Amino acid sequence: MSADADQRAIRCLVAKVGLDGHDRGAHVIARAFRDAGFEVIYSGLHRAPDEIVQAAVQEDVDVLGISILSGAHNTLVPKVIEGLKEYGAFEDTLILVGGIVPDDDKAELKEMGVAEVFGPGTPMADTIEFVRQNAPDRA
Amino acid sequence: MSRSEQTDLVDRLLDGDHRALARTITKIENRSSGYRELVSALHEHTGDAEVIGITGSPGAGKSTLVDKLAKTYRDRGETVGVIAVDPSSPYTGGSVLGDRIRMASNVGDMEVFFRSMSARGALGGLSTATSDAVKALDAFGKDKVIIETVGAGQNEIDVVRTADTVVVLVQPGSGDDVQMLKAGILEIGDVFVVNKADMSGASKTVADLEEMIHLQGDPTSNLDLGHHGAGGGFEKPEVADRPDENEMNGEGEEGWTADVVETIATSGEGIDELIETLAAHREFLERSGRLTEKARTRYAEEIRTLLREDTGALLEGEIDRRGGMESFVDAVVARETDPYTVADELVEPLRDCLERDD
Repeated sequence: MSADADQRAIRCLVAKVGLDGHDRGAHVIARAFRDAGFEVIYSGLHRAPDEIVQAAVQEDVDVLGISILSGAHNTLVPKVIEGLKEYGAFEDTLILVGGIVPDDDKAELKEMGVAEVFGPGTPMADTIEFVRQNAPDRA
Repeated sequence: MSRSEQTDLVDRLLDGDHRALARTITKIENRSSGYRELVSALHEHTGDAEVIGITGSPGAGKSTLVDKLAKTYRDRGETVGVIAVDPSSPYTGGSVLGDRIRMASNVGDMEVFFRSMSARGALGGLSTATSDAVKALDAFGKDKVIIETVGAGQNEIDVVRTADTVVVLVQPGSGDDVQMLKAGILEIGDVFVVNKADMSGASKTVADLEEMIHLQGDPTSNLDLGHHGAGGGFEKPEVADRPDENEMNGEGEEGWTADVVETIATSGEGIDELIETLAAHREFLERSGRLTEKARTRYAEEIRTLLREDTGALLEGEIDRRGGMESFVDAVVARETDPYTVADELVEPLRDCLERDD
């Protein structure tokens, strides 16, 4: 019945982890996602992996976008993924990484469960389309 | 969602599973199929949480204050749920929910369940979604539930009214804002907080608010405060405890005069006093029977809202069956009929059905 009409919106957490103060990219992404009609929760700067996990679990986001420009992705991303698994939130969260990530590491991150890694120069439309296509279906 | 899945979700939520609570709120927000049964199942487990609504203009310091309140409650061993409502874009429906950034004092503390909600606009069902989400937090076992929202319009006012105690946050030097408050928010505030009290103009704002609060009540009953002020066991004289003879109904019901508290949320100054005031208001609600009264009004309003939505949906179906909205609009534009007649025609089957036995 239409009173129960699904009012689903794609929820995204845009997260900055660790000692990395460069948030322009995260802001741009947050704004672009907003304009694409997504609900964006922005974590703020210098978050610990635990905080990201807490936010992702409580906010029940469909998409977790982690922005890392410090090169510490191999340390921080696994911690976030571990935490999500602990709360049973890993399976149905689309995990994206944005930032400067060497090709070798990309493969490793994907192995871990990151769906895609977006480097510098990725057109915004590509990222948005990727989210639309791959956001987990939670009927 | 199948019935067993739903029971499973409810069981896990009652069992203290954070993920289940988060998913329940998502289903409430999305109005996923089966969410009604979900909320129905939760209802019997609710009624224990103290619900506090906080509103105020953007940048007044609501989120920072909520953070400090949550921290203080946690230090006292209580659990806290927070629902922070932010506006959504009227054009794309998208939103950036940024209140979480301020929750610095409760980092890593899973016993503070913080949930951002977007106003989503479309159907005006925000207050329904919020009060259902409050139920989920209540059933989960949170001692305090705080609803935070920007006090911009009627929609948001409806949201904070789902709370037992309403806190209105005001910035110093916002004379114009205070003028604006007169129109609506002032009437729903049980407690006023002048945040950023270290800024110049704070005492003026406090004085302005106090004056307005006094004007709001019956001026003659306020004159009696000096004789009876100590009667209610409150320390602060502002928490006026009016004796029976001043009440119109004479049933021993006591009044509550809104209190003004000064805080500096960033440093935590004044938070203890605010917490005391909130507790005093809670105590007042319980003692005077207003708490039950408020809950009853709320449930009545909830039932009415659901009925409006459900009958609205039934009638949408009727519109489709009769050829769609466009054809009715065409007829109205061509002056063949008018909106009232169309509405009458559409409601007719419903009316016939309901008034058959009259």
